[in-house]
Amino acid sequence: MTAPAHGDKPHLTREHLLLLLRQMLLIRRFEEKCAEMYQAQKIKGFLHLYIGEEAVAVGCMQALTPDDAVVATYREHGQALARGVPATTLMAEMYGKQEGCSRGRGGSMHVFDAAKRFYGGNAIVGGGLPLAVGLALADKMQNRARVTACFFGEGAVAEGEFHESLNLAALWKLPVLFVCENNLYAMGTALTLTESETDIHAKAASYRIPSRAVDGMDVVAVEAAAREAAGAIRGGEGPQFLECRTYRFRAHSMFDAQLYRDKAEIEQWIRKGPVVRFETWLREVGVLHDADAKRIEAEVESEIDAAVAFAEAGTWEPVEDLTRDIYTPRAAR
Amino acid sequence: MNAGATVRTTYREAMREAIRDAMTRDPRVFLMGEDVGHYGGCFAVSMGLLKEFGPDRIRDTPLSEAAFVGAGIGAAMGGMRPIVEVMTVNFSLLALDQIVNNAATLRHMSGGQLSVPVVIRMTTGGGKQVAAQHSHSLEGWYAHIPGIKVLAPATLEDARGMLWTAIEDPDPVIIFEHTLLYNMEGDLAADAGPVAIDRAAIRRPGRDVSLITYGGSLYKTLDAATALAADGIEAEVIDLRTLRPLDEATILESVTRTRRAVIVDEGWRSVGLSAEISARIMEGAFYELDAPVARVCTVEVPLPYPKHLEDAALPQTDGIVRAARHVVGGNG
Repeated sequence: MTAPAHGDKPHLTREHLLLLLRQMLLIRRFEEKCAEMYQAQKIKGFLHLYIGEEAVAVGCMQALTPDDAVVATYREHGQALARGVPATTLMAEMYGKQEGCSRGRGGSMHVFDAAKRFYGGNAIVGGGLPLAVGLALADKMQNRARVTACFFGEGAVAEGEFHESLNLAALWKLPVLFVCENNLYAMGTALTLTESETDIHAKAASYRIPSRAVDGMDVVAVEAAAREAAGAIRGGEGPQFLECRTYRFRAHSMFDAQLYRDKAEIEQWIRKGPVVRFETWLREVGVLHDADAKRIEAEVESEIDAAVAFAEAGTWEPVEDLTRDIYTPRAAR
Repeated sequence: MNAGATVRTTYREAMREAIRDAMTRDPRVFLMGEDVGHYGGCFAVSMGLLKEFGPDRIRDTPLSEAAFVGAGIGAAMGGMRPIVEVMTVNFSLLALDQIVNNAATLRHMSGGQLSVPVVIRMTTGGGKQVAAQHSHSLEGWYAHIPGIKVLAPATLEDARGMLWTAIEDPDPVIIFEHTLLYNMEGDLAADAGPVAIDRAAIRRPGRDVSLITYGGSLYKTLDAATALAADGIEAEVIDLRTLRPLDEATILESVTRTRRAVIVDEGWRSVGLSAEISARIMEGAFYELDAPVARVCTVEVPLPYPKHLEDAALPQTDGIVRAARHVVGGNG
C-alpha cells in the first residue's frame, strides 16, 4: 500500500472519537431494539441486522460530505443512521408507518432518504452497484466533485453486476467508493464455498481499481482508509475499492438457525467486536471515562425511545394512496 | 418554412433526428449503449452522432447490459436525462433486474422521493431471419410492469416525435423499435416534432371490425384492411402506440362502434398483450360484441431461421384477413 496523494487523515480529537463510539452504539442499540420489536411483531417481513459490522458504516461515512451519495444493501440500517437518517423516521419505516423515511412502503430492506442522498436499501444482491455507477456518472458529466459510496457484501462479488460495474467505473474513471463488507457468509454459504479467489480486493485490482483490505472491526482504521480513498476520488483518480473484513454477529435474518457456522467462531468474533474493542481502547488511552460512557448510553437510549415513540404514534398510509407514486403525478396538459 | 412542407426520410433517420434534437435541446441528454458511437449503432440509428456530439455524450459501452442500463437509471436519478440503447429486446433480458427491480420500483418504494427519468430504446420483432435469440417480441412482458411506460412507434411521425416526450417524462420509458421499420421511407412534415405518448391512434377508420395492433404489425394490418375493403368489409385499424398504459378508452370506443375485434400482436398468444387487450374488451364492451374477439399472434415456437418457417410463424396479412372475415361472417 502506498500513501495516497490526497490523504485526508482522521482528526482523532476526543470529540471525534466519542462521536464514532456514539454512532456505533446508536446502531447497536437501535438494532437490538429492532430485534425486540420484531419479536413483538411490530416489525414484520425480513429484518437483517448489522450488529458486529458497525465500524464499517461509521468509519466510511466520516469520509463523506452531505453532497455525496450512498447506495447500500438490504442490511442498511447502520449506513442509514451513520449517514444521518433520523432514528425516528427509520424506526417508523421499520414499522411500515407513513411517517417512515420511505413512507412505510419499503420497510427494513428499502430505506431511502433523498435529502440525505441515501439511495437505498437495495435488496437484490449486486443490484445497487450499477446505480452507484450511474449516480457517479451523473456527477462526472455535470462536473461535480462528489463521491458515491456503494456498500455491498462479499456475496455480491459473485454476481455479474459486480464485475460489469467495476469495469465500467474504472473504464470511465467514475467517482465511486466501492465498499465490500466481507462478513464471510453470503446468507449461509461461506466465502470459501462460493469464490475461487477469496481475496476479494484482488478482484478490484484486476480492473485497475486501487484497492485495499482493511480491518473492518477497527473503526479508526476504516475511517482512515475511507478518507484516503475518498480523497483520491475527489482528486480525480477514479474509483477506489475497500474490502472491510468484518463479521455478522446475529443470524442472516430472523429466520436463520445458523446451522452453517460454529458458536465458537461467533464467540471469537464477538470478543473482538468493533464496539467493545473501541471502547476498551478509548478507556486505555484515557479518552473515555465511566461518566462519558454512561452519558452516551443514556443519550442513545433516549434517542431510541424517541424513535420507538415516533413509530408507535405513526399512522398507516390510507389504502386510497396505494397506487400513488407508481408514476409521477403530472399536471393536466 | 413553408406550411405543409415535407421531407423524404426513413424511420431510422427520423429516430436519429429525434436523438439529435433531444441532445440539442437539453445538455443533460446523452446516449449510451453498445456500438452507438464508433460503429454508428447496430442499426445505424446513431450514425454520425459521435462526431457531432463527442464521446462524452455518445458513449460506447462494454457488453454489459446490466451495468449500463443500471448506470442509466442511476444517472437519471443523478439529474441526467440518459437515452440507453439496448441492441435487441432479447439482450435486454440481461438488464431485466435493473429495469424491473430498480427503474420500475424506485419511485413508489421510496414513497415518491425518487424519479427515474431514463429512456431505454431497443429493437424488437422478427422478419430478418436472425433466428430465435434476436427476433422475439417481448414488449408485452415489459407492459406487465407497473412503474414503467412502454411505447411502440410505428410511423415516421412517432419515430420522430415520441423520444422527446419520453425524455420529458419523469418516469422510466421503454421504446420498442421494430427491426423491419428502420428502412421504411416516406414523407414527414418538415417541422415534425414531439407527439403525445398517451393515446392510441386510429390509422384507418372503419365500421365493421376493429383491427387492434401496434409496431411492426401495423402495416400488415393496414394491408389487410385494404384487402377487406375490396370485399366490402370496412375495417378500422387502431395503432396502440403506447402499450403501457393502454389507451383503453380508444379501444372500447372503437369496438363499441364496430362490435367486432381482431387483435394482431407479434408476441406469442399465451399470457400476452393480446390476451390483456381481449380481457379489457370483455370487461368493458362485452355486451356490445357481435362476435368473439379473435387474435392473430406469432405461432408459439422459438422463431426459426429459414424464411418459409419464419414467415409461417409470424402474423401475416392473409391471416389477419382470414381472422377478420371470420369474426364478421361469424355473425350468423
